Amino acid sequence: MKIESLFSSGGEWARNDGPHHQIVISSRVRLARNLRGHPFPGWAKKNDRLQILELIKPQVESLPEMGDALSSYLQELSALEKQVLVERHLISREHAAKGAGSAVVVNKKQTLSIMINEEDHLRMQVLRPGLQLRNAFKAIDKVDSTLEAKLDYAFHPQLGYLTACPTNVGTGMRASAMVHLPGLVLSEQINQVIQAINKIGLAVRGLYGEGTEAMGNLFQISNQITLGEPEDDIIAQLNKVIEKIIENEENARHILLQKKPGTLMDNIGRGFGILFHAYAMTSKEALNLLSFLKLGVDLSFFPPECQQDIDDLFIVTQPAHLQSNATQQKLSPEERDALRAQIIREKLKQFPNPNTGKVVLPKPPTNETHHE
Amino acid sequence: MVCDVCKTNPATVFLTQIVEGKMQKVNLCESCSKEKGVTDPLSFALVDLLPGLGAEEEMEKGGTLQRCPACGFTQADFKKTGRLGCPVCYDTFAEGLGGLLKAMHRRTSHSGKVPARLKRSIEMGVRMNQLKRDLDKAVSEENYETAAQLRDQLRELEQAK
Ligand SMILES: [Zn+2]
Ligand SMILES: [Zn+2]
Repeated sequence: MKIESLFSSGGEWARNDGPHHQIVISSRVRLARNLRGHPFPGWAKKNDRLQILELIKPQVESLPEMGDALSSYLQELSALEKQVLVERHLISREHAAKGAGSAVVVNKKQTLSIMINEEDHLRMQVLRPGLQLRNAFKAIDKVDSTLEAKLDYAFHPQLGYLTACPTNVGTGMRASAMVHLPGLVLSEQINQVIQAINKIGLAVRGLYGEGTEAMGNLFQISNQITLGEPEDDIIAQLNKVIEKIIENEENARHILLQKKPGTLMDNIGRGFGILFHAYAMTSKEALNLLSFLKLGVDLSFFPPECQQDIDDLFIVTQPAHLQSNATQQKLSPEERDALRAQIIREKLKQFPNPNTGKVVLPKPPTNETHHE
Repeated sequence: MVCDVCKTNPATVFLTQIVEGKMQKVNLCESCSKEKGVTDPLSFALVDLLPGLGAEEEMEKGGTLQRCPACGFTQADFKKTGRLGCPVCYDTFAEGLGGLLKAMHRRTSHSGKVPARLKRSIEMGVRMNQLKRDLDKAVSEENYETAAQLRDQLRELEQAK
């Protein structure tokens, strides 16, 4: 498959039809593997890397899951193409910086991607829409089992799968969910939640920024420990925590609707107004306002059909996606902001005005009645 | 406040995470935060910084072998990159890595998936170790009848290998 045809359609993981898709955007499970008897990519000489690459790439390409896949050496991709892959979460930023001696193989649906000679010889990941950690793990585990029959993995009887960085040794597994938490951010509970999650050994990071600075209210929650716990237990624990976070987020939204409907409506209405009328929009502003629009769909201020459009906007307004849709050679930041605003305006033309009729504004305190 | 990594530039990026139930604070300068990938939140966790921070002390504690015989990697290289050179490095620097792994993961032995082709030999290794321990115990307790049985079982396993 050519990279153009990969780019012409969105990834299936970004289709918002997974379980709990309103709050959990996607689930991902990544495995790190290395070959016995070869230095790790960061320490290997160029010739070693090329040799490792030629050992691994044909095996990856022949996976049944990789029929009609995009398979490319990193030096064959332009900087822009690499960046688009990064924005689609198909390769890491580190991998995008690689040239000869590294490769990437992505299936047609963009749900399985395998990086060769990233930090480890093999970094393979499965992406699924919504909360589907177990399914994602099952899928990547199957790929791994096929490959282990053909590749001689570095496995240590005591330490498990050996990885370049000791933080990944053992299972070599990093499972994560990308979650949208505007309710917890607006109600200022997010720091508490992050601390509680950290306390049990899981990592939380803003998808685009750190802590409460997280842009678009998007966070990624993942396991940190890879040694000493079986994969199933790690997945089960993470799953339990995410379910708890969904509950917290739903509660936060509910309470905001009850106690501060004015603030909520104001945020969503302003978000819509600015996005609909702006002629220059930075990436940061777009992410933050789109987050409110997404919340607006969840709260039925917009019809459910609007959700896919909003989710698409999160991706197509990223810098490399903008550039790849531009007719012009190299966009300046100002031109990028103008193009971003234009794309958003076009899309929002199809939206009805926010319907806030269902929201009940708070009654004056004297009218409040209590039922026990 | 100076950067925890280079210890020269002023710190501009402040991170706090709870790792291992302990509050960990790291202050980084602009260039170190970029180098450590902190600007890429997707691939960043504070725990990823640990090998670069407390790691050198841990590694030096264990350090007997200076250079990995398989790949030529040294402790100084680990200090620089926080990454190891090759799979054999895990044995080369085992002593120093032990404490580090415990700090990162709380545990020090893998439990989870094992490649199918190694499964049998690994399970057999575990079984043999158990038999050897039982045998030592039987001998020290002068329980010679049991010891003889255990020895036979061990020999059988040895041959089946
Ligand atoms: Zn520094
Ligand atoms: Zn080595």
